[in-house]
Amino acid sequence: MPVLVQSGERVWKRRTSREEWVRYGVLLGVGVVLLAAWASISAVTSWEFVADSPIQLRDLLDRMTPPDAAYARELARPLLDTLHIATLGTVLGVLLALPISFAAALPTTPSRSFVRPLALLLLVASRSVNAIIWALMLVVLLGPGMFSGILAIALRSVGFVGKLVYEAIEEAPLLPVSAIETTGAGRMQALAYGLLPNVLPAIAGVSVYRWEINIREATILGLVGAGGIGMALQASIDALAWSRVSLILLAILGSVVVAEWVSAKVRGGLR
Amino acid sequence: MASSAALTPRTWRRPPRIPNPAHRVLLLVAILGYAAVALWTVRIDPARMAEGLGRAGTFFGGVLRPDFTTRWVDIRAGFAESLAMTVVSTAVGLLLAIPLGLGAARNLAPPPIYALCRGLLAVFRAFHEILLAILFVAMFGFGSFAGAATLIVGTIGFLGKLMAESVEEMDRRPVEALTTAGASWLSRVDYGVLPQVMPRVLGLALYRLDINFRESAVIGLVGAGGIGATLTTAFSRYEFESVSAILILIIGMVFVAEVVAGRLRRRLL
Repeated sequence: MPVLVQSGERVWKRRTSREEWVRYGVLLGVGVVLLAAWASISAVTSWEFVADSPIQLRDLLDRMTPPDAAYARELARPLLDTLHIATLGTVLGVLLALPISFAAALPTTPSRSFVRPLALLLLVASRSVNAIIWALMLVVLLGPGMFSGILAIALRSVGFVGKLVYEAIEEAPLLPVSAIETTGAGRMQALAYGLLPNVLPAIAGVSVYRWEINIREATILGLVGAGGIGMALQASIDALAWSRVSLILLAILGSVVVAEWVSAKVRGGLR
Repeated sequence: MASSAALTPRTWRRPPRIPNPAHRVLLLVAILGYAAVALWTVRIDPARMAEGLGRAGTFFGGVLRPDFTTRWVDIRAGFAESLAMTVVSTAVGLLLAIPLGLGAARNLAPPPIYALCRGLLAVFRAFHEILLAILFVAMFGFGSFAGAATLIVGTIGFLGKLMAESVEEMDRRPVEALTTAGASWLSRVDYGVLPQVMPRVLGLALYRLDINFRESAVIGLVGAGGIGATLTTAFSRYEFESVSAILILIIGMVFVAEVVAGRLRRRLL
């Protein structure tokens, strides 16, 4: 921390002036990029629509209240479907992710030059494509319904679970594995008894966390026809039944809060 | 010696994770029961699947021959719009998340402000981006302004919550020292809190940049602009060659972003 002498007085500064100039330069660069990006968005915006958005919002809220309570009975089935999509999708995703993450982790990979990059590429590809885009493609192939939704959730979960699990494997201590190997155990036995017990809590925690995210994702898959409460939402929006839309949004909010609570409890118990 | 070898078993078995056998059976029955009920509700339609798989040839034929050139102008415009949305929403979201994150830290904010900020952050995170986008498109009209608004809300929810958590975990002593020296609330935050949490928050903002880019490909589905709009158009025209090209470009950009962000984050921390 530099102390400068300015007109006979010692002044304390947090940074040297060179560091300050670098900071200002970086800030200026970021500012220019930001302004350019903002200009390009602003150029295609119809500002008259933005200007009357408060009126639109009030209008929307007027139509949404009160929520159509009588519709609640018809919502039980889609809500359960959403839960099933998220749960079965997570289970399938974890089952697919485990072999890939063992193939990707440095201590367990069969080959560093070929299998590991391939596994990492699979994980990135799965993560880059959002569940709803997977669903869009699967609905074309397999038809609308829960099955496409489950597969979409599973395909998206592979990348997330796989990445966190392979990182957990790489962070796990390797001494137990070599200790078991010195007793004459084979490679697989050593991994099963020396490594697996150390990563199992991470696998369980990551899976539950992904399940919580998947509940949220499963609520919207219905917008492209992949089952669950999103289908009811799409139908209500198409029919301009806004009092039903608000009830569905409340149901989604409720289930997300419950899922978050369950997930926090389970993960707290795992620690 | 021989007799003791006969008495003690020669093989060792790992003790079960759940000691009580009744609990083990009960858990297994519960899992299998749920799986049966859940799988039974999945109405798989074999006729429709056969029909779809018949068309799989066209689909995979298109996907396996990515076509970057035919729609290149649209793809480039979509990507430019997505990038603009990503940059603006991450920056604005970060700026708005900082006060909310400070307000949602139990050790810094008075209880009413804490409750307000926590509540706001919870609502921001509860709804999927697609649902927010539907709302903002209804409010602001189609296009990237609604998309940027969606991503800003998502960014605030994400960064605000994680920032509040890291403020709650920080070292309290620098702040106490500043209090003793008579510093105001603002300078306590500026000199005591922010230097401790900002490196982590900036690292998370870089990660959020990556998330926002991926989300921008999704919210276009409901009319919020960006590469997602291009993707939806390609889908509805059955131009699977262009769909494949767009998906390959998204995966490539996410991959590059992940490598770059990883390097930058290591320099920040």
